[in-house]
Amino acid sequence: MSLTWISSYWPLLLTGAWQTVCLLVISVVFGFVLAIGLAFAQVSGGTLTRVLARSYCTFFRGTPLLIQLWLLYYGVGSLLPMIPGIRQSLFWPVLREGFFFAAVSFTLNYAAYEAEVLRGALLAVPKGELEAGRAFGLSPWMLTRRIWLPRAIRIALPTIAGEIVMQLKATPLAFTVTVMDLYAVANKVRQDTLLVYEPLLVVTLFYLALTAVIARVFRGFEAQVPVRR
Amino acid sequence: MATAQQGILDLLSPYPPGWGGVLLAGAVSTVAISACAFAIGLLLGTGGALGKLSGNRLLRLLLDLYTTLIRAVPELILIVGLYYAGTDGLNRLLAVLGMPPVNVNGFIAAVAVLGFVQGAYMTEVLRGAILAIPIGQIEAAKAFGMRPMLRFRRVLLPALLPNALPGLANLWMSVTKDSALVAVVGYQELALATRLAGASTKHYFVFFLASALLYLAITLVSNVVVKLIEARVRRGQPRLA
Repeated sequence: MSLTWISSYWPLLLTGAWQTVCLLVISVVFGFVLAIGLAFAQVSGGTLTRVLARSYCTFFRGTPLLIQLWLLYYGVGSLLPMIPGIRQSLFWPVLREGFFFAAVSFTLNYAAYEAEVLRGALLAVPKGELEAGRAFGLSPWMLTRRIWLPRAIRIALPTIAGEIVMQLKATPLAFTVTVMDLYAVANKVRQDTLLVYEPLLVVTLFYLALTAVIARVFRGFEAQVPVRR
Repeated sequence: MATAQQGILDLLSPYPPGWGGVLLAGAVSTVAISACAFAIGLLLGTGGALGKLSGNRLLRLLLDLYTTLIRAVPELILIVGLYYAGTDGLNRLLAVLGMPPVNVNGFIAAVAVLGFVQGAYMTEVLRGAILAIPIGQIEAAKAFGMRPMLRFRRVLLPALLPNALPGLANLWMSVTKDSALVAVVGYQELALATRLAGASTKHYFVFFLASALLYLAITLVSNVVVKLIEARVRRGQPRLA
């Protein structure tokens, strides 16, 4: 067991950790917003929106994240330069990066899983609470914003924590599209120093610590509303 | 436009120079890897669940370590780490026994690693399913004088299957998708075959879309099979609602 390499690699490890956290936060935040739309489309949309949202979830849940990532990075990435003027636009420096494609595919993937969780939670909100809201004369929009959605998120909280941890465990895939995330740094250390296990172990500890933080934060959220058991 | 369509369909044709055959072969090896890993996972999971419930302190501690670690570490790290640890360990063992080192077959390595990971998840699913069986049913079997094996076969297994099936189905779906990760350690299944096809023709988009649809087909067919199995193991049960 040798850990001397940490002293020379810690700046790289820090940037890697930062990239990993960025990927996680971006995909969870944007994915959650998208998931809310997808969940409502499924429980209260018309036939067309319902079918579209359903197919979206089926596609993204039925195919591996790795394939979605490569479809975006290699597939769409190879088609993008064909759009006239895109190389000159100010988006190009972002669109060129693997990070952009990783963030987009993780977001789309997370949204599909989260939408399924929220759909179940929206249906699980007790009917009487919605009826009470209507009896108070709340408009459908107010009812959704003040009662339906907040109650559903509360119901889904433990599952959401689990989904975020799953998403964290999926982030190392980004290294396959040249993102210098924590796992990619570990790989680089392995290649440079010929140490097989130590870098992986150190990186694993970071993932475990982050998982513990997520669990704690969500326990805090859940404790906000006292529940009688 | 018509020629472009023709060109793309040619690319996916199952006969060379089309790449359809390579993709289909990749899909077959994806299913084969997943099925073998799932079977190994079932064995490990059954042993693990019975071990956790056996009441042996040390055994339970070891199994807790196994399930917690495997479930907490990212799959990619597990696959890469176990792949190297496994081949390295095997060759060291062979060196101790005075035998020449071997090159581990990619298929066997992939199956072993994914099976080991599945086993941890299965342990928890099966443990929960066993705990959900009304204790009276097991006590009744004991009162009838059934031996442990007979009890497992006639009472425990049929009673736990309806409880465990949704979890097991989820695990099957996740192993078919996790198998794409072995592409990273270089075994040719669907994901890697797709990347090769894309790299040599530069039609990445077409191939990745095609392979996404192949994975989707695997998932959808699996869904139908799961429904059939569920109807079978739940036969005779009252339907809720």
